[in-house]
Amino acid sequence: MARFVLKRLLYMLITLFIITSFTFFLMKLLPGSPFNNEEKLTDQQKFILNEKYGLNDPVPVQYFNYMGNLVKGDMGVSFQYDNRPVSTMIAERIGPSAVLGVEATIIGTIIGLILGIAAALKHNTSIDYLSSLIAVLGISIPSFVFAGVLQYYVGVKLEWLPVALWDGPKYHVLPALSLSVFVIATVARFMRTEMLEVLGQDYITTAKSKGLSNLVVIWKHTIRNALIPVVTILGPLAINLITGTLIIEKIFAVPGLGFQFVSSITLNDYPVIMATTIFYSVCFIIVILIVDILYGVIDPRIRVAGGKG
Amino acid sequence: MKNILELNNVNVSFHTFAGEVKAVRGVNLHLEKGESLAIVGESGSGKSVTSKSIMRLLPEKTSEIKEGEILFEGRDLTKLSNREMEKIRGSEISMIFQDPMTSLNPTMTVGKQIMEGLRKHQNLSKNEAKERAINLLKLVGIPNPELRINEYPHQFSGGMRQRVVIAIALACNPKVLIADEPTTALDVTIQAQILDLMRDLQQKTGTAIILITHDLGVVANLSQRVAVMYGGTIVETGTTDEVFYNPKHPYTWGLLSSMPKLNSADKELMAIPGTPPNLLNPPKGCPFAARCPYAMQVCVDNMPDVTDVTSTHKTACWLLDERAPQVEPPEAALVGGAR
Repeated sequence: MARFVLKRLLYMLITLFIITSFTFFLMKLLPGSPFNNEEKLTDQQKFILNEKYGLNDPVPVQYFNYMGNLVKGDMGVSFQYDNRPVSTMIAERIGPSAVLGVEATIIGTIIGLILGIAAALKHNTSIDYLSSLIAVLGISIPSFVFAGVLQYYVGVKLEWLPVALWDGPKYHVLPALSLSVFVIATVARFMRTEMLEVLGQDYITTAKSKGLSNLVVIWKHTIRNALIPVVTILGPLAINLITGTLIIEKIFAVPGLGFQFVSSITLNDYPVIMATTIFYSVCFIIVILIVDILYGVIDPRIRVAGGKG
Repeated sequence: MKNILELNNVNVSFHTFAGEVKAVRGVNLHLEKGESLAIVGESGSGKSVTSKSIMRLLPEKTSEIKEGEILFEGRDLTKLSNREMEKIRGSEISMIFQDPMTSLNPTMTVGKQIMEGLRKHQNLSKNEAKERAINLLKLVGIPNPELRINEYPHQFSGGMRQRVVIAIALACNPKVLIADEPTTALDVTIQAQILDLMRDLQQKTGTAIILITHDLGVVANLSQRVAVMYGGTIVETGTTDEVFYNPKHPYTWGLLSSMPKLNSADKELMAIPGTPPNLLNPPKGCPFAARCPYAMQVCVDNMPDVTDVTSTHKTACWLLDERAPQVEPPEAALVGGAR
């Protein structure tokens, strides 16, 4: 097990190196420069700024400088926001994004699983059709539509919950709900398919032939086996939400990472682009590793080498 | 009461989009205590459906036991509630399935899968159940049962898995064991081992066995009595000797002729031409009439009555009517040239 994780960590570093390098050169291909937007600057002032941040050096030199600093743990400072360290900017912004993402994932997974399981157990009944309808709507209607509807009816008309901003638990409900719709739909659809597949397996008949009650057959033999593939989609789904979602953060005025990332691209704020990309990648790679380990825990057939059996 | 299990005029139908499929049509069977009965027939003859209807394991939504009674120790299983049926499944009647590769839960240790039934039916503690599970694995011939009990199905070979399946079925000392093609999915060498094991276990435990198969070799090995099924009905039943050496139904002749024999290496294997009847729209006469080389008009029009050849040997065929022409079975159907 330790060897497996160690090997994976090595691969993760290689992956990260490739992503970082690729993003760096792609970013340099972007038109414009960080200081072009500010019209009041003279050419000389721009030259001085470029010189200060090393932007007049040839791109390969900039690349090696950046990578050198990165290894030392220095991700640089923002060009736009008063020279603030990028790591601080991310640290400040990740909180709301992560909280919102985790909430949406938990809500979405629980409701999605219930819908999916109910649909499979009541296959070809109105419950099944209703659940499928919800799943199709959830996948095809974008989250900002739900966000708008919720804001208008729950926030403005009923005045039950605040329409926007980020100031305590009350403010989490609407954005988390809007985000979770997609998770509900995806998980429900997936779980339904998997449940139906498992219910048709011979070992379910074996379990029934042992005289086990329906509840035990479904709980111990069906759901557990149906969950295995669902775990794999849950990892990437969660990380997408946790690292921030531009649209929902913008609609609900949540001070999150997604919004900052997009604005950094339009402003050519190189260190912020780089740092956010690296942060996303690290999160993603770690979650995939966790999913792989978890997979082995719930499915003995793919327990990784070094484990028993 | 000699008969532990009795099926009287059982009819089972499936409801499909195309209409009602009458998979089992008026089956009469009985099983004596400790005896071994084989149900033989080709795919779609209704043998698996018959066995699953005894266990009430057919899909509830799409299938229905339309008529008849299934008496287990005098109780009609078709009338029991699901709760009552759960108490019988696995403890009084249990079942072995065809494919050991798919009939075990891949994410549960074999020990747990054996213990589940024990704990439910016999209220054993965890340790008692574990001890019993180890003994069961020993009984079915799995080496190192203390270690293997904690392993998962994928760590077992096909033959070993079928032994585990048998151990699960025998866990609570059932009075009836239904084996639905228990050796079909196994290698020939392993088949013989599993059959030996089943014969052995039957002698040790006194469990009555219903063996469902299309393999006549297996029947000869294991069963005292045979019921031949075709088109959802039983066409011939008798002791294994009677059915093998003195078959009366042309379908049984066909089955026996299509079995490879030691001295027929150079001859082409016989096949029964045609396909089984469509049970969506079953024929009103003998189901075999369309494929029977001896069919008469009466066969097409009317279902034949059951004729008693001996007190144990019964055949449903118009050829046995006193008005019918005398027909000799084909030479290929005579096993070992007897009689």
